[in-house]
Amino acid sequence: MNISTGASLSERAQRVGAVAAAHADQVDVEGRFPREAVDAMITERLLSIQIPAGLGGENASLSEIAEVCSLIGQSCAAAAMIFAMHHIKLSSLVSHGMDSTWHRAFMRRICERQLLLASATTEGGIGGNLRNSICAIEISGDRCSLEKDATVISYGAFADAILITSRAHADAASTDQVMTVFTKDQYSLERTHVWDTLGMRGTCSDGYLFKGNAPAEQVLPKPFAEIAAQSMLATSHLLWSSVWYGIAVNAVSRAQNFVRAAARKSPGAPPPGALRLAEASNLLQMLKSNVVAGLKEFEAAKAEPDRLSSMGFAVSMNNLKVGSSEMILTIINHAMLICGILGYKNGTPFSLGRHLRDAHSAQLMISNDRILGNTSNLLLIHKQDTSLME
Amino acid sequence: MESKIRELLAKHGGLPVAADLIADDADLYAAGMSSFASVQIMLAIEETFDIEFPDNLLNRKSFQSIAAIVRTVEVILGVSEAAE
Repeated sequence: MNISTGASLSERAQRVGAVAAAHADQVDVEGRFPREAVDAMITERLLSIQIPAGLGGENASLSEIAEVCSLIGQSCAAAAMIFAMHHIKLSSLVSHGMDSTWHRAFMRRICERQLLLASATTEGGIGGNLRNSICAIEISGDRCSLEKDATVISYGAFADAILITSRAHADAASTDQVMTVFTKDQYSLERTHVWDTLGMRGTCSDGYLFKGNAPAEQVLPKPFAEIAAQSMLATSHLLWSSVWYGIAVNAVSRAQNFVRAAARKSPGAPPPGALRLAEASNLLQMLKSNVVAGLKEFEAAKAEPDRLSSMGFAVSMNNLKVGSSEMILTIINHAMLICGILGYKNGTPFSLGRHLRDAHSAQLMISNDRILGNTSNLLLIHKQDTSLME
Repeated sequence: MESKIRELLAKHGGLPVAADLIADDADLYAAGMSSFASVQIMLAIEETFDIEFPDNLLNRKSFQSIAAIVRTVEVILGVSEAAE
C-alpha cells in the first residue's frame, strides 16, 4: 500500500491540487481526462475516504469530502467534479449497501484498488429527469442484464464501475427504479455522443449505449427513490457547490493578486479594481456561508431518514444549489472586471476564461429551472422556516 | 376516511393504475406517484379535511401508502396519538 502516512486530509488534497493545477489548462484545451490528477487522488488514497473504517476506508464525513472538492476545485474544476461525482456515487453505496454482502465486499475492493465510480442516470427520451427511466433491468435466475441509451456518462470510458438506474422490472412504472453496480468487466460501452463543450471539458461526459450483464445481487437492495432522496440529491448539491466554491475562490485570489500588484506599482493611489475586490470578497463569503450552512444541515439530518426525505430539507438543498450556481458567475464576472484584459486573455497568471466556462455548467447540471419548478411545487404545501439558528 | 383518500388519489395521483386497485400498504411512489402529484394530493387533503400538515409530517414516509396517509391525517385530526 502506498498510503500517505502522517498527512492530513487537506495536505493530501493540496498535493492533488498541485498536480491538477499543472495540467488544468491542457486538460481544458484538449478536452481530455485529467489522468494525472486522478492518479494523484489514487496515490493519496482519496477515492475511498468515505468508506467506513471497518471496510478499509477512513469514515470521512461529507464536510471533509466537500473540503477536498473545494481544494481541488481551486486548481482544476474538471478533476474536482470527477472527485465529487465519484463520492456522490459512493455515498449511495455507503448509505444503502451496508446490509448487502456483495456491496460490502465491493466497498472493500474500492479501498484496496482505489476504484473510480461513474454514474449513468440520464437517458435518451426522459428529458433529463433522473427520477424517470425507460430502460428496465431484466433479472433471470441469479443474473441481471441491462441495456441503456445513456446520453451522458461522465468519464464513462475511464471508470472502473458504473452505477446505473433503470426501472425495477419490465412492467414497472417509470418512477419505480433501482440502481445497479456493474464493474468494468461486466459491460460494454458504445459511444453515441461526443462531449465537446464550453467548460468542464475534462469530465469527458460522452454519451454511450450501455450493455451490461452481472450477478443479480449487484442490484442495490433499496428503491432508487429512497437512494435519491436520502443520499444522492443532497450530496450532489453539496459537493457540486463545494467544487463551484473552489472555482470562485481561485478567481477571487487571481483578482486579488492583480490588485496587489497594481497597488505595489503605484503606491499612494488606490487601484481601480480595489473596491470591486472588496465586493467580490463579500460575495465569496456569502457563497461560503451558503455551502457551510447546507453541510451543517446535512450532517444534522443524516441520522434521521425522515428528516433527510422531508420537504423542508429538499427545499433547503434546492435553494443551496440554485443560489451557489448563480453566485459563482457574479463572482467570476467581478474578478474579470478587476483583472481586465489580462483576465480575458488566456495564458496569463490572471486568466479567467476557464473558470468562467467551467462555472457556466453549474446552472445547467440539473437545470436551475427544473429545480426551481420542483421547489415551487413543494412551497405549495411546505411552510417557510422562520427561525434564524435552527 | 380511506375511501375519501382513494377518491382524491384517483383525481390527483396521476397513477397509471386505478386507485381502487392499490393495496392499503402498497408503495405509492413505486406505483408511479410523482413528487408533483404527491403535493397535489396533500393540497386536496388539506382542503377536504380542513387541516394543515405540520412540517415534521411532510416527508416521504407520511405519504408512502394509503394506510400511511390515513395515519398521517388521523394524527393531525387527533384521532390517533402519534404516527409510528
